[in-house]
Amino acid sequence: MMVPLDPANKPTSQRRIAEGDTVVVYERHDVMRAVTVAGGGVLQNRFGVFRHADWIGRQFGSKVFSSAGVGGKDGRKAGGGFVYLLAPTPELWTLVLSHRTQILYIADISLVVAYLELIPGCVVLESGTGSGSLTTSLARAVAPQGRVYTFDYHDQRASSAREDFEKNGLSSLIAVAVRDIQGEGFPDEHCGAADAVFLDLPQPWLAIPSAGTMLRQDGVLCSFSPCIEQVQRSCEAMRPFFTDIRTFEILLRTYDVNEGALKSATANEEANVGRLCKKKRKVRPAGEVLDSTQSSCVMVKPCNTARGHTGYLTFARRSVHGSQTEAT
Amino acid sequence: MAAPPQRPTPVIPREAWEGCSVLLDINDGDRLAFFRLNPGATVKIGNTSYSLQPLVGRPFGSLFRVGPSGLVPCAAEAPPQAQVVADGQVQDETRDNRSLVDNNTAQNLSSEDIEAMKRDGASGDAIVEALIANSSTFGNKTVFSQEKYKLKKQKKYAPKVLLRRPSTRSICETYFKKYPARIGFMRVDALSLLLSMANVGAYSDVLVVDIVGGLVVGAVAERLGGTGYVCNTYLGSAPSNIDIIRMYNLSSDMNSRIFQASLSDVCSLQNSGTVLNGNIQGEVVEPSAVSDESPQSSLALPVDAAVSDGNAQSTGVQPIKIEVPEPSMDENLNQDDNSLSDCKGNDDTSIASKPVKAGRAPSPEKMKYWEEHGFSSLIVAAPGHEVESLVADLLPLLSYSAPFAIYHQHLQPLAICMHSLQVSKSAIGLQITEPWLREFQVLPSRTHPHMQMSGFGGYILSGIRIQKPDPCNME
Repeated sequence: MMVPLDPANKPTSQRRIAEGDTVVVYERHDVMRAVTVAGGGVLQNRFGVFRHADWIGRQFGSKVFSSAGVGGKDGRKAGGGFVYLLAPTPELWTLVLSHRTQILYIADISLVVAYLELIPGCVVLESGTGSGSLTTSLARAVAPQGRVYTFDYHDQRASSAREDFEKNGLSSLIAVAVRDIQGEGFPDEHCGAADAVFLDLPQPWLAIPSAGTMLRQDGVLCSFSPCIEQVQRSCEAMRPFFTDIRTFEILLRTYDVNEGALKSATANEEANVGRLCKKKRKVRPAGEVLDSTQSSCVMVKPCNTARGHTGYLTFARRSVHGSQTEAT
Repeated sequence: MAAPPQRPTPVIPREAWEGCSVLLDINDGDRLAFFRLNPGATVKIGNTSYSLQPLVGRPFGSLFRVGPSGLVPCAAEAPPQAQVVADGQVQDETRDNRSLVDNNTAQNLSSEDIEAMKRDGASGDAIVEALIANSSTFGNKTVFSQEKYKLKKQKKYAPKVLLRRPSTRSICETYFKKYPARIGFMRVDALSLLLSMANVGAYSDVLVVDIVGGLVVGAVAERLGGTGYVCNTYLGSAPSNIDIIRMYNLSSDMNSRIFQASLSDVCSLQNSGTVLNGNIQGEVVEPSAVSDESPQSSLALPVDAAVSDGNAQSTGVQPIKIEVPEPSMDENLNQDDNSLSDCKGNDDTSIASKPVKAGRAPSPEKMKYWEEHGFSSLIVAAPGHEVESLVADLLPLLSYSAPFAIYHQHLQPLAICMHSLQVSKSAIGLQITEPWLREFQVLPSRTHPHMQMSGFGGYILSGIRIQKPDPCNME
């Protein structure tokens, strides 16, 4: 259960992994996958073969080892390889879901949820559904009694997303429908009832008037677009119905932490000529002492690669003055 | 799948009510201040105090101007773009500033003339029009420059007051803009990330160390929406000042779910960890899991005595002095007798917050529950503190697989903390991130990033607590 719907099914130390649960199998920070636990299920990866039966009854957060003596994928003796079994969260789901479209990542998602001012009980409309990355976080924000109504014009994608939500226990929070929001607008039944609207569409400006009629006064709209030209047109479309129109770009810079030693500049040994010794720059067990001529310390630097752009986020508030007649 | 049941009833109040907390934005962000709409509440603009009663019952997002008898609702002015776009084409601007000379003779209206107009009862807008008519250079300015001139004069002679709803977003933005030191320079995007990375949602039991005035406690309580619990851990003998939660319009139910406990009390949960894990059925070698934690985790009391790694030694040094909000508040946030801190005697609608209730000590039953079930996440925002030992103490209180997020405005303490967690193998998915937020001006033919931006919003160390390696437990 990714988002608890009542206190009884929240993840605590008392919860045990059971058949039918979704667990996120963590190999490395960048290698994870979602697995549904089945009695006779088997997970095979580069660390060996893992029997689901061994997982049942254990706590989330456990470290589990591959079955000894069972051949790995490439025939070598496995056993001793391990993975961690994690309880799924919207953040982990974003990292493991199958990409049917370009998805939103945590930086954009967290800003969207905060700026849409979502709290439990809110009603939020979304289009398109895409791979459901943001949808899952929206559901957490409005749970337990709120609702996410999400629309995609792609029949198959909507079905796949619906299946994912069902598997993650989110069906009572998220309603998926097939609809061309750019062409038809949002359904009339949500008129004046949405606390927030999120658009991730190729031509968002077509859907903005409809979004305006769906929102409660002072409700917030967000439009996500990768290109500034889209933003430009969207902002123009927003001005008649919205105020407080603001466009942001958010990126994350990540940092590497290593323990290492820099060579002394005053010691005159030949060995000290040259650059930082890379082999030393890795995590070592506490207490292990480095070469006495070098002083070891924790060093931190930005990672060498980074995402350069995701998209622009434009937020706007439904005006309470004027243009109210359009909300019919 | 079956469509979800009926649409829920609205949860966000859209109109201001008697006794609620409001945020007033005066002249497009020139001044931002929180007020409580008590009967006698006033706002001082220029030299005059105006009653806030006209705001009661008005929708959040409403704009007011100053009229002869006080604040009156007014419509937002038409967007200035109307004059720029003609036939869908952006007019090319031909005027520029080549003929402008700064010799202070452009305005033909004297201050005496303006005073006379005021005495005759001219409206602020009329004065602005007169200033424009009497400016010899106005016609030569570009359209954008004319707009700027007009706005500048409006601010002085026809001030506007925007009624805004306090929420995590607006409260964090306001403090970051006006009193960043009080919230440890935590920008709204960093706060949003903390809440996401710590998986804060309904029914969470969130362990918090909030030394940022209550901003994080309030934000977590808002996300819990009257479910779950916040346990704010304070260092030292007295509970932290969490006055900022008064700015949120938290219901009494939400407030009753905010607890404060001392670090030593909270850590006593962990010390009985053997007992707590011992009574879990079905797990064989479990009892040792918590008590076998690295030695630093069992050292609860002296915060700086727990550093096990000589390299991580940053403690002998004088701690950095960080301005932390004191119980007394600044004038703007705490104006006169209508301030939020003076609202205790006010008993209005049931939605009005009763700040007295928040921050009680948790009951022994509550503590026992947390002891047995673990907290579902941890957020630390202690910008003036060393965090390595703090995290080592608090992490064992989380259930396995629970995420945590540690805020700091300095990178080094987080690096040391992360390194120590890597070595102790008590957490995975460790990452230090720094959000970078850039705002854009989007206008026809004039789109570009803002000229002024915040250069830094804080660092976050995030990760997931895991069970310690336990080799005997496998087949």
